[in-house]
Amino acid sequence: MIRRMLPLVAGLLWASSAFAADYSLLNVSYDPTRELYVDFNKAFAAAYQKETGKSVEIKQSHGGSGSQTRSVIDGLQADIVTLALAYDIDAIAGKGLLAADWQKRLPLNASPYTSTIVFLVRKGNPKGIKDWDDLIKPGVAVITPNPKTSGGARWNYLAAWGYAQKKFGSVDKAKKFVADLYQNVPVLDTGARGSTVTFVERGVGDVLLAWENEAFLALREFGPDKFEIVAPAQSILAEPPVAVVDTVADKKGTRAVAEAYLKYWYTKEGQEIAARNSYRPRDPEIAKEYEKSFAKVELFTIDDVFGGWTKAQKEHFAEGGIFDQIYKN
Amino acid sequence: MSMQTGLATSTTQLRTYAPATDVSVAAPAPRLEIARAEPVAARRNPRTEPGPIRLIIIALAIAFLSIFVVLPLLVVFASAFSKGIVAYFAALAEPEALAAIKLTLLIAAISVTLNLVFGVVAAWAISKFEFTGKTFLITLIDLPFSVSPVISGLVFVLLFGAQGYFGTWLQAHNVHILFAVPGIALATIFVTFPFVARALIPLMQEQGTQEEEAAISLGASGLQTFFRVTLPNIKWGLLYGVLLCNARAMGEFGAVSVVSGHIRGETNTMPLLVEILYNEYQFVASFAIASLLAMLALITLVAKTVLERRLDEAEVPDGD
Repeated sequence: MIRRMLPLVAGLLWASSAFAADYSLLNVSYDPTRELYVDFNKAFAAAYQKETGKSVEIKQSHGGSGSQTRSVIDGLQADIVTLALAYDIDAIAGKGLLAADWQKRLPLNASPYTSTIVFLVRKGNPKGIKDWDDLIKPGVAVITPNPKTSGGARWNYLAAWGYAQKKFGSVDKAKKFVADLYQNVPVLDTGARGSTVTFVERGVGDVLLAWENEAFLALREFGPDKFEIVAPAQSILAEPPVAVVDTVADKKGTRAVAEAYLKYWYTKEGQEIAARNSYRPRDPEIAKEYEKSFAKVELFTIDDVFGGWTKAQKEHFAEGGIFDQIYKN
Repeated sequence: MSMQTGLATSTTQLRTYAPATDVSVAAPAPRLEIARAEPVAARRNPRTEPGPIRLIIIALAIAFLSIFVVLPLLVVFASAFSKGIVAYFAALAEPEALAAIKLTLLIAAISVTLNLVFGVVAAWAISKFEFTGKTFLITLIDLPFSVSPVISGLVFVLLFGAQGYFGTWLQAHNVHILFAVPGIALATIFVTFPFVARALIPLMQEQGTQEEEAAISLGASGLQTFFRVTLPNIKWGLLYGVLLCNARAMGEFGAVSVVSGHIRGETNTMPLLVEILYNEYQFVASFAIASLLAMLALITLVAKTVLERRLDEAEVPDGD
């Protein structure tokens, strides 16, 4: 029986590896972009083939933004990194793998799509969650991942902080607000997708702080009869950046195609793919077209409120930083 | 089983008996005598436990088994087939799934082959020869059992990562160990190293060196002795070790996760793919792969039972 099956299995396995492209790129990305890059890679490969006649195969690796950063630093041969926040790519640049001014090499902070942080609640919004203030009420269980390991979690944290600092006008009050919020967090997963799974599948918690795209994906996967998205009046403008890893691309001779890949994001087609996957497009025309898909949220940037990622990282998430202080108490 | 019931009976009786003799609390000696005397009484009639208690114990055991073993297994298969048999096979025929299956088989083939050689050599050295540092060697062989798989993976990151001890040299010579097949194979070999050796050492120690000595005194060379005398004696034990080694090699998650890099269709093994698909809300696909691993576990279990029987038979003639 097994003997007879073997040639069949071997045939199947062989068939799966027969295809080889002219170029092969590895895009190391963060957790929620899996579906986005399935679409984008397919579109880019077709466009590139049409334009140059060369075939390109794009391989994906997904994981928590922080641990993906670590892997690239440890030698994962990424031609391209598309991570959750600029600080992570800065860390890779800090090891000399790409130029320190990487964020200037592409338009719009090298962030071709943006997102924000919204709330996902259970159908009918039983706890009546409307805005940030409702998250610190007693008896509301908030699900958000661990900011130490997850990029999305850091955006969540900074969004809450930014809201409070704008509202109360002082750092101390913002700290108190965020501390109260984390009092309501029963479990910190390591990544954004982990938290979504906790909330959506395991049924833990009343509200999930999530990337807007991640919240929409959960709606698409599980149906709007189970969950609702609540957009707060104010939130943070999350800019997930993209970059070519110079040392790897030069060694593999893929720089040209890797750069073309990232530039494709800034075309109408690329922007359309972002919008279809619930990432906010940068292109004004496409943004107008998809206007109704996204809630009107007043967005503040990390530069406005926190003076950039390096500063925010050091103050809030470094060892002994503000997050450590409030989460211990 | 009957021995366990006997023991259980003796302790319960001891407990009920103890308060009665508790008149002299300070005298431990009589209790010792009781402890020695009771098992004899219990053994005389080991099934005297009242019917209801026996029923409760049996029911508990069955409930425990069904909740912790049967139910999860059923859930895996039920979820895998929840959208029908077509969806099941479609999920397994996905390029990513095929790549994961292929990689898992390749890694298992590499690590089982190497550990077969290492394991036999190590067990041969330990059981048939006396040398200094033998205990140390045994401890080393056991090390992977006591180290968390995550650490086993991280060790290789520290050694072969770009920032690791050999990282610069490897990068300069374009040798890829980490986040590629060699790294995954290394981590798996490390984690599965003890299985073959551990299965063989007790068996070979029990068999002693008499047969080998006889062979050598009859003029056989070292290799002849090994292939004609030792190997036939240990073949069932060896198969047993290989089986366990293979099961672990295919199922290893932690160590492989650290060194894999999670490149889709390239460095994801089956256990890693199960997690990835689950996180992508692709439950049928996730459980389809999981069901393959579960089937592997079932086959391993059956083969293990058969081998254990053979092993028992094999040990009998050498018992004298």
